[in-house]
Amino acid sequence: MAKELLSGNEAIARGAWEAGITFASAYPGTPSTEILENIIRYKDDIYSQWGANEKTAMEEALGASFTGARALVAMKHVGLNVAADPLFSASYIGATGALVVISADDPGMHSSQNEQDNRHYAVAAKMPVLEPSDSQEAKDMVLEAVKISETFDTPVMIRMTTRTSHSRTAVELGERQAPPVPEYKSDFAKRNLLPGNARKRHAVVEERLKKLAVFSDSFAYNTIIKGKERVGVLASGVSYQYGREVFPDAWFLKLALPYPFPVKLFQRFAAMVDKIYVLEENDPIIETFARLAAPQKEIVGKEVFPLQGELSQDVVRASLGLKDMTPRFAGNGVPGRPPSLCAGCPHTAFFYNLGVLKVQSKGDIGCYTLGALRPLSAMDTCVDMGASITVQLGIEKALEKAGKTTKQVAVIGDSTFFHSGITGLIDVIYNQGKSTVVILDNSITAMTGHQENPGSGKTLLGQEARKIDIVRLVRDGLGLEHTTEVDGYDVKAIRELLKREMARPEPSVIVIRRPCVLLYRKAKWSPMVVDKVKCTSCKTCLRLGCPAISTDVDGKSLINVSLCTGCGVCGQVCPYKAISYADEKGMHIGATTLESFAKGGGK
Amino acid sequence: MKTQSILICGVGGQGILTASDLLSDVLLQAGHQVKKSEVHGMSQRGGDVISTVRYGDQVFSPLPALRETDYILAFEKLEALRNINYLSDKGIVLVNDFVWEPLPVAAGFEKYPQDVVEQLQKLAGELVLIPATRLAAELGNDKASNVVLIGLLASRMKIPKETWLEVLRRKVPPRFLDLNLKAFESGYGFKA
Repeated sequence: MAKELLSGNEAIARGAWEAGITFASAYPGTPSTEILENIIRYKDDIYSQWGANEKTAMEEALGASFTGARALVAMKHVGLNVAADPLFSASYIGATGALVVISADDPGMHSSQNEQDNRHYAVAAKMPVLEPSDSQEAKDMVLEAVKISETFDTPVMIRMTTRTSHSRTAVELGERQAPPVPEYKSDFAKRNLLPGNARKRHAVVEERLKKLAVFSDSFAYNTIIKGKERVGVLASGVSYQYGREVFPDAWFLKLALPYPFPVKLFQRFAAMVDKIYVLEENDPIIETFARLAAPQKEIVGKEVFPLQGELSQDVVRASLGLKDMTPRFAGNGVPGRPPSLCAGCPHTAFFYNLGVLKVQSKGDIGCYTLGALRPLSAMDTCVDMGASITVQLGIEKALEKAGKTTKQVAVIGDSTFFHSGITGLIDVIYNQGKSTVVILDNSITAMTGHQENPGSGKTLLGQEARKIDIVRLVRDGLGLEHTTEVDGYDVKAIRELLKREMARPEPSVIVIRRPCVLLYRKAKWSPMVVDKVKCTSCKTCLRLGCPAISTDVDGKSLINVSLCTGCGVCGQVCPYKAISYADEKGMHIGATTLESFAKGGGK
Repeated sequence: MKTQSILICGVGGQGILTASDLLSDVLLQAGHQVKKSEVHGMSQRGGDVISTVRYGDQVFSPLPALRETDYILAFEKLEALRNINYLSDKGIVLVNDFVWEPLPVAAGFEKYPQDVVEQLQKLAGELVLIPATRLAAELGNDKASNVVLIGLLASRMKIPKETWLEVLRRKVPPRFLDLNLKAFESGYGFKA
């Protein structure tokens, strides 16, 4: 069979195809996003879709499983918090067709707000969890998950991590299994979780766990690797790979199915060694089971290895005092390179205006969270998906009760608004909040790499879809009268609207519209240039935090022509009218308005 | 064969992941076991990007260890310095002679260090500076600087040149192939 280098996420997608999965859903989130983006390669065989959020995606996959079809749902670790409600019910209901739940955890928080260990969910929901250590296993585990799911009538979780999702290793490709033919057969006792049914289902779940524990002892991917010394390493996921680097002569028990924990297999392993190191990222899950299974054995775990961050061969060595980690170069004087809003980002003018008005917004999850970083520095909270609106309402009500009135501004993106902002806005309207909600509508889920959403007008499979218009949804649907829209590049109009709506003692929504610049950048746009005579080095334009703007040796503003998209925002904020559009020869054409921007080919 | 490690670093948008994909494919083609790692996410928005490639007879960790990395291929000078602690004592640093100011520098909050090359010289077993962005621009598109750098790396590694060219021909879209082959040659034949 052919071998190919695949990322863990590509391997999951390949595994889904080989395993005869015919339904896949997800909400995008790093590091899980590319799973569905790769599943669309198999669109003749697999129906796939983005859900509005992880909960809807999970329920839709469960519905598909009810028909006997094999279903997969993918999300990042915090997404599973949103989908936890159906996850727990799905465990009681079981799986008619296989139900595979992918949770991509992010130890080290490369792009997340926490680093929770989602194996806890598998334990809490009483369902098996698989942990691949490379791409080959990621693919294999999807096939195994389907088998386990259908054999034991249970949803199965696969815990990926940023490292396994985004590493490429060789994978042997296989053929596709014939998928089962779906047919919906009613099963009231199993799928209607009225308390009378659910009590019986709970008993079934407990029995299932016992059977799965026996299975875990004999599961082929829970393997003992012989060593030369009486030292043992118990490891799961990518931590196994780090262990092999550090302990070349040790015995290994590598767990691809860490829960239910293979007690007997572990006890056999423990008898062969004098001391056991437990390597796993984040929390001591297998370690806890190991200590229970062999209380007399010397076990080295999280009292030595960190709970925080990713492991690596360096971290393991340093934890055991095996490597001096003192750097040769101390890193002094190396400025950081934080991410920033892109040149031409349609969110920039809004955050700049917040700075001018001295307002700290309550923020949310998306590209626009970067509005919190300097020089924009205009967002002081970011909690979770949708929390901008609800946190704002809580602040407002608590202050109001104490007789204080402060008008708050919440900011949320279009995809996050569809995900879980709508319910928060309903709370604001119902409970007579008075604050302003700004929805930054760039028609796409940009942060995770441009996935379609209900406002994009396209589905994951590229079909035309009805575009859900946020202005109409809020004004006509929720009946919020003070709903206005404005162009993301119109600095003055945004500021005037913000002032007007913040003064209003009623709730309001401002929808700031402009498609993501990365998708709609046109080659013929005329870049901006600085008139060095007019420029007084006042640095107002630098406060935009635009990556295309810096200063020259004389301290005058300088625009990088290859990065500039010609959005014109810097020209609008310059107090000395020193920035304007250049024509093709780099000559000034002296125009800074949106109309001339349109003439320059920007609209 | 002992496992070898290569670290590729630079700024989001410079073609780092494409370069490490090409390198991984070449190493696989040359008969090695290969593991490649990268971090996406926030780095797509102008942040620093690192991709690592390890190869040998049997590779376990996809991550290189500090002071054990054989090559650092840097697309921007400051990024070479940021990652220099990964380099083994005899390691080779290949650097694009190119400055991309981080936003805090451009906005005037911080300063870009003036002694990057001197620092690198002190810490590297061997240092090669190549004006890859300028060379690529002269060939018609500065975006091909990643393949110029891959060409330079290829000239230092013990893999037949034909293997690199074969992978380029297979992976690069036809309309960019000519540019990329030229970019590869300009890096491969570069004399400091």
